Amino acid sequence: MTLETVLFYVLGGLAVLGALNLILQRHPIHSALSLILVMASLAVLYLLLGAEFIAAVQIIIYAGAIMVLFVFVIMLLNAGEEERTNLSRMARYVGLPVAAVLLSGLAYLLYRAWPVDLLVQPHPSLGQTRPLAEMLFKDFVLPFELTSILILIAVLGAVVLAKKEL
Amino acid sequence: MTDWLTRNAVFVITLAKIGLVLFVLLTAVAYLVWVERKLIAHIQSRWGPYRVGPHGLLQPLADGLKFLFKEDIFFPHATSRFVYLLAPFLAVTLGLMAIAVIPFGSGKFELLGTQTGLYIADINVGLLYILAVTSLTVYSVALAGWASNSKYPLLGGLRSAAQMVSYEIALTLSVVGVLLLAGTLSLRELVEAQQGHWGGLLPRWFIFPQFVAFLCFFISGVAETQRLPFDLPEAETELVAGFHTEYSSLKFAMFFMAEYAHMITASLLVTLLFLGGWLSPFPAGEFWAFTRYLPAAVAAGLAVVFLQDSFHHQPLSHRVLVILVGLALAGVAWGLFTGPALLELVQGPFWLLAKAAIFLFIFIWTRATLPRFRYDQLMAFGWKFLVPLAVLNIMVTSFVVAWGAD
Repeated sequence: MTLETVLFYVLGGLAVLGALNLILQRHPIHSALSLILVMASLAVLYLLLGAEFIAAVQIIIYAGAIMVLFVFVIMLLNAGEEERTNLSRMARYVGLPVAAVLLSGLAYLLYRAWPVDLLVQPHPSLGQTRPLAEMLFKDFVLPFELTSILILIAVLGAVVLAKKEL
Repeated sequence: MTDWLTRNAVFVITLAKIGLVLFVLLTAVAYLVWVERKLIAHIQSRWGPYRVGPHGLLQPLADGLKFLFKEDIFFPHATSRFVYLLAPFLAVTLGLMAIAVIPFGSGKFELLGTQTGLYIADINVGLLYILAVTSLTVYSVALAGWASNSKYPLLGGLRSAAQMVSYEIALTLSVVGVLLLAGTLSLRELVEAQQGHWGGLLPRWFIFPQFVAFLCFFISGVAETQRLPFDLPEAETELVAGFHTEYSSLKFAMFFMAEYAHMITASLLVTLLFLGGWLSPFPAGEFWAFTRYLPAAVAAGLAVVFLQDSFHHQPLSHRVLVILVGLALAGVAWGLFTGPALLELVQGPFWLLAKAAIFLFIFIWTRATLPRFRYDQLMAFGWKFLVPLAVLNIMVTSFVVAWGAD
């Protein structure tokens, strides 16, 4: 096994464990920390694919900005531990098996349509800064600008909601 | 054995470099505390540390031992023991991680049959890596505040989270101007883009065309390291000690080390981005050739200072220590004067560290002279002054760059 394969399994395992922990933890801060672990493992997985820029941006945006806000809000509201209710009978005996069947069906279909080695390939330059910038600002400039306008509108909406009189 | 070494040369060399850089960085952190105490003392007409060793030079060792032997109070009311322990580890790990991509010079040398340079990792997105790592440090402070389950740390943690998120925007935006001029995210190429001189005299450093960006970057850098006048998260007059109130012994020392490591990283980064990094300020050419001997001259000068100073120290042990340091410096100077290869290798680190020292001095100087911001002033300054200024700088710079491209 090459070093890359070992790293892939370790990081994939960390990401899955983090995601599971995110659901199973009862305290919001612990859940948020698990989510950060997932983000960080994903970033290193991007790095393994040679996408340096995307890896760094993944950390800066998700772990460094969005999750900081999550943690900030949880601290500010002083959210306590969740009350754990017993699963309803219907959820336990019908919901979980159905969810499992659905997920495995989806996974199987995805795998049949695009085999794994086709789905994820290290690309020599796609994740680097310059090719990515050329794609964003030449080929996909209209969707990119539309997205930024959408985000701007969302920010305006948040400001208006938060501060009724300006 | 040698066969194994040459086959895994990259791995072994990287490990060795990590060890060396960590050793130097941690020593620098310890002695930065000494420098800070000494400088502030002299600014305030005091002597500062004077008892432990000549001129208090062994004070960092004494401080370290003191941290080690202090009672380690495991705060019993912590909201979450895991997070309470995680916070200081996170602080020190992230503080030391950022140094990995700093290039210390352009010099190349051959080791174990592999060509290698004066850096641990030379990655294409070095600048983004540093921004990413420093953007994570906010967790250590915020989580420390939260896990301590105590009102002052919580307030400190909240303040820190808000402050770091706000000033990170100004920090990142102010870098964009430099990136527009250099067209790269690699720290090595950023420095190489600053080579040469205007009119054969003024170095082509980005501080001159990007002075506004430099001001924004340095101010936000000070805010990001949470040093005075931006040390609201640990304002002792309001919050006892802020986020680390409930930490003692080595766990407190970890926060302490992280802060000084961040100062060093910030100074190195400012130097790399705006002051030409490892480049010498003097133009190349026959006339300025003598400036290549400056590192040797500085070592020789320091040796003379130490040896001369040794006459003034009373206990024999102190005198011997000072003489030994002086002799070591003299040895370094001798090596530099006689070995051209060594002198060549030392040029980069010498200039980089000399320039970074200026910023470290400013860090300490502001702490000794400026009062602390009020919290609303801090937020208003960041959002209403620094961010618009940085955006304006981006607009002007991109206009000029686009103008020049046509």
